[in-house]
Amino acid sequence: MDVHDALGPDEQFIQGDKACVYGALIAGCSFFAGYPITPATEISEEMSRLLPKIGGVFMQMEDEIASMGAIIGASWTGRKTMTATSGPGFSLMQENIGYAVMTETPCVIVDVQRGGPSTGQPTKPSQGDVMQARYGSHGDYEIIVLCPSTVQEALELSIRAFNLSEKYRVPVIMLMEESLGHMREKIRIPHDILIVNRDTVDISYSHYKPFRTGYMHATKIPEFAPFGSGYKTFITGLTHDEDGFPSPNDVKVHAELIERLSEKITENIDDIFYADTKYLEYADTVVISYGIAARPSLSAVNRAQRTDRNVAFVNLNTLWPFNYEFIADLSKQVERIIVVEMNMGMIYHKIREAAEGRCDVKLLRVVGGGVPTPKEILELIK
Amino acid sequence: MISNQEIFDKYIRKNMMPTILCSGCGNGIVLNSILRAIDELGKDIDKMVFVSGIGCSSRLNSYIKADGLHTTHGRPIAFATGIKAANPDLDVVVFTGDGDCAGIGGNHFIHGIRRNIDLTVIALNNYNYGMTGGQASPTTPYESITTTTQYESFEHPFDLSKLAMAAGAPFVARWTMAHPLQLLKTIKKGLAVKGFSFIEVLTACPTSYWRKNHIRDTESMYRWYKENTVSAKRSENEPEKIVIGELQHLDKKEWTEQWTELVERVSL
Repeated sequence: MDVHDALGPDEQFIQGDKACVYGALIAGCSFFAGYPITPATEISEEMSRLLPKIGGVFMQMEDEIASMGAIIGASWTGRKTMTATSGPGFSLMQENIGYAVMTETPCVIVDVQRGGPSTGQPTKPSQGDVMQARYGSHGDYEIIVLCPSTVQEALELSIRAFNLSEKYRVPVIMLMEESLGHMREKIRIPHDILIVNRDTVDISYSHYKPFRTGYMHATKIPEFAPFGSGYKTFITGLTHDEDGFPSPNDVKVHAELIERLSEKITENIDDIFYADTKYLEYADTVVISYGIAARPSLSAVNRAQRTDRNVAFVNLNTLWPFNYEFIADLSKQVERIIVVEMNMGMIYHKIREAAEGRCDVKLLRVVGGGVPTPKEILELIK
Repeated sequence: MISNQEIFDKYIRKNMMPTILCSGCGNGIVLNSILRAIDELGKDIDKMVFVSGIGCSSRLNSYIKADGLHTTHGRPIAFATGIKAANPDLDVVVFTGDGDCAGIGGNHFIHGIRRNIDLTVIALNNYNYGMTGGQASPTTPYESITTTTQYESFEHPFDLSKLAMAAGAPFVARWTMAHPLQLLKTIKKGLAVKGFSFIEVLTACPTSYWRKNHIRDTESMYRWYKENTVSAKRSENEPEKIVIGELQHLDKKEWTEQWTELVERVSL
């Protein structure tokens, strides 16, 4: 069955969790492995309903470690793969997320954030996993993290997550919050969307090296040979040379590998980074937020605009890689940055670092399971 | 029978030689047996994937000229499950060890069996964590000396094959490095089984385990594995010995076949 036929009418009133399933399937996802956890369970349920209809594969695994392992294994057969979880499960996935980074395996992980640490608040929203999404696995690496603010964006960023993951051969994490995952809004299913597929290898077997770059294309991203294609690809999480074989004691090989894995992301930040901005032209104050917290932030800025045209709004759709230059430019223009986030201050510290004291950086933090209200943001603006 | 040199030329990555294995280690015998089994069955190795976890036994796939996935510690069955479910045309073989399979990976082991996905899992049981220098593992025999049981171990070991049988694996067998011809036959059967086949091989770790447990030469190690094992038929008379042979055959529906049927049913 065609994906659009399986999804149904182009206009629907659905949850954020369901919307990210729709986006994934439109992007070409055909393999999902997951483990039940509030508030991300609806993603597994919807995948289990839709994937067999379109000839895909759904697997319920024994835990989140296995889910992450299964989607990496499946990705090496050439499929686009996804898993979804929340805080405790996301913690369990970290080792294999690092494995996916090291082995340059495209895959998408949705983390519908709840209150932590530990079991915390399973049914309440938070943005407590912002740092874990970026730094959760051990070692030096770069990763891409996207944050939708609306149910429509959950669908669209889910497509973008797959496109970026395929293009850069890196796991992409989509951070949502319980409130967005469970909130229902009207969505419009897009058609004729740009779909990116990983570059596959097309040279003779004897010339093939699984992790060589700059040979067929002038990029730092190697071409992909799926299992079963005859290229005899060996993949390891150990430090490996361009042949893919372990060389864990070679200082130069390790340094070059780690640098390339980082640079293939950071050097393409202009392609990866996207922020929604409003009223920047005359601004002396800017409210920066992301995810569900960007919605009351925008309401507050819109209200402030009625009397004061100097208040602007930035919604960071791409949280990581962090765009220092973008924030530095803002800090040169405005006198004050107000960061609104649902944690004790995570992106706030990155913004302070990028602003380098050129402007005042204030934090409005909300923890406890609530979403900031436009009123409390407006009070800080005034 | 094809010679060792022919096996080497046809299937081994020469650039990966020499192996990391110690002299006297039994793992090479297992590698030889699987490659012979593939050759004798006339399998297309380009349609096979060799998956492994972490440990000495999990290095075997790096020596085979074929697609290979050297995964994280304890997780090879989870990764292999994803590969097989995503492309059922591939034959997926897993190399794992006693620590990898039954320690850190115990949950994936029993759930892979419960799910009955078509994998051939070869567990090389050497009674210890050899790669890290010989710590006690879930299969370390009672009253063994290891670097973490320096006053003798007192935890009761797992019997991996019994565990696999209890979890419902359709094919379970156990041999030792001293039974290479029987092992070869069994691997051929295991590869042909449509479902989860579990083959345990007792392999000696001379450097990290036996040296501390009073066997210091290769010949005595082989003798130990011969003398301390018994076939299922004779095990009643010698209950203290380890039972070897093909231990379980069950008829069970396999995961990918059932998934394919489900897709045909709902995708119309």
